[in-house]
Amino acid sequence: MTASVISAGFQTTVQDCGRAGLRKFGVTPGGALDSVSLRLANLLVGNPECVAGLEVTSGRVRLKLNVNRLVAWSGGEFEMRIGDEPIPILHCARVSAGGMIEISPKRGGRAWLAISGGIDVPEILGSRATDLRARFGGWEGRALRDGDLLPLGAESELCPRIRAAIPNVVSDWSAPRFGSRRRFLRVIRGKNWDDDIEAKLLAQKFGVAMNSDRMGLRLEGGEMVSTNPAELVSEAVAPGTIQLPRSGAPVVLLGDCQTIGGYPKIAHVITVDLADAAQLQPLDEVRFELIELEEARDLLRERERDVALFRAGLEVRFG
Amino acid sequence: MKISPLGDSAITVDFTDESPDRERLLARALSVAETLERANVPGVIDVTSAYESVALFFDPARIERDVEEKIRALVASARIRVSRKRRRIEIPVCYDADFALDLARVEAETNLSAETIIALHSSAEFVVACVGFMPGFPFLAGLPEKLRTTRLATPRTKVPAGSVAIARTQAGVYPVESPGGWNLIGRTPLRLFDPNANPPALLQAGDRVRFRGITRNEFEARVKESSG
Repeated sequence: MTASVISAGFQTTVQDCGRAGLRKFGVTPGGALDSVSLRLANLLVGNPECVAGLEVTSGRVRLKLNVNRLVAWSGGEFEMRIGDEPIPILHCARVSAGGMIEISPKRGGRAWLAISGGIDVPEILGSRATDLRARFGGWEGRALRDGDLLPLGAESELCPRIRAAIPNVVSDWSAPRFGSRRRFLRVIRGKNWDDDIEAKLLAQKFGVAMNSDRMGLRLEGGEMVSTNPAELVSEAVAPGTIQLPRSGAPVVLLGDCQTIGGYPKIAHVITVDLADAAQLQPLDEVRFELIELEEARDLLRERERDVALFRAGLEVRFG
Repeated sequence: MKISPLGDSAITVDFTDESPDRERLLARALSVAETLERANVPGVIDVTSAYESVALFFDPARIERDVEEKIRALVASARIRVSRKRRRIEIPVCYDADFALDLARVEAETNLSAETIIALHSSAEFVVACVGFMPGFPFLAGLPEKLRTTRLATPRTKVPAGSVAIARTQAGVYPVESPGGWNLIGRTPLRLFDPNANPPALLQAGDRVRFRGITRNEFEARVKESSG
């Protein structure tokens, strides 16, 4: 039960929902930068929602499946094919042993691919996510390379029922698409928010710098000056935190960010919009919009309810 | 005590306004973190401390309204004392010139000889204020005042694993190869982060740490031992 990596693309990694409860050891939560996309793709193929799949960053990824499987994908603007058959986003598709899957970027960003049974790499510190910075987890602690042979786990009992309901290659049902797909990221105030920050962060357009990665989006093009001391006593930061280093170029922290930081925390991108943040790539433009904390929490609860509803619907149909 | 949101699914409890004494604040943060961890608050998925603050992370599906008030009450009612016996850990370090890449820079900045710098570094007792930046990286408080230095103007893109370093008022050890801007003054053969170990980090917040100088031979022998 394996998948052969024919073309690894660029920075394709094994990711699940990440590691929780290990910040005191300096271990970042990591995992899929848009965990909802991975969760929905997993649910579509009959997996528990946090099973390990692949995070595709850009470049063309080709996999040969050596066993019959179900696959689904979500994320940014990509195209997926099984042989010649296009597979729309958030649908479930059947692949026969020997079948070739190809994911290629149209506009790009990031995409998540789920395979029934999941990628069965060893669980390290409670997760199969790749920690690229500390080089552990996932497939040998690194991004995939051509020729890697990924072990797949056993399918759940849901999988044969889902497979039987797919007439040809692609399911006639799909999962709802979450996320605003806008270039506005909603933020709430950070500890070091002030009037000057408010005026500048909300009024300007920022560019995404080339050196952005899974740790953070480095922004450029806007002019920000913090009235706070440039280095404070270090304290916890989180994915979504917008830090303002002395350079005046804000950094939006993403899933692989460090656990503590000493720069002013001017704002936080709300959790539901991290899915959109994960789609931003160098040279993209981004703007920010201020909302209130309780609104952000309502949106988060609402999203979790929507995911739960979709999961319940699948269970009613196939469970 | 000041509670502020750290995004929409975490909060920071900051004790800075309670005392001007940094040591007391650190003890307070460590003890509150321990109390909160033991309290097993429903919906809390992670608790971590740093210097003068504690952060709590919530399960997004279970985050409640007015969670700040609940945590405030819990922290206020908690008995503040450090119950866990603080561990004392000795870290062998080889100050050989091949490893102490910034010793000359530290000599110039501090006006001290290499011997004095090494003697000061290996006689001080440090406290792990927090672990972060990289998995297992200890931020060590207690650097002798005479050893204060600035960071490198341009950080190195690759600092070797095990590098023992100082910068400003702190000391640290790089657990894995990574970029870094601290002054390197030696290297330890110990592994500070091992994802397959439990716990994965050698050092934890609150641990007392001393450095002990070892020879190059001893360093090589210990490296061989741990990789064999």
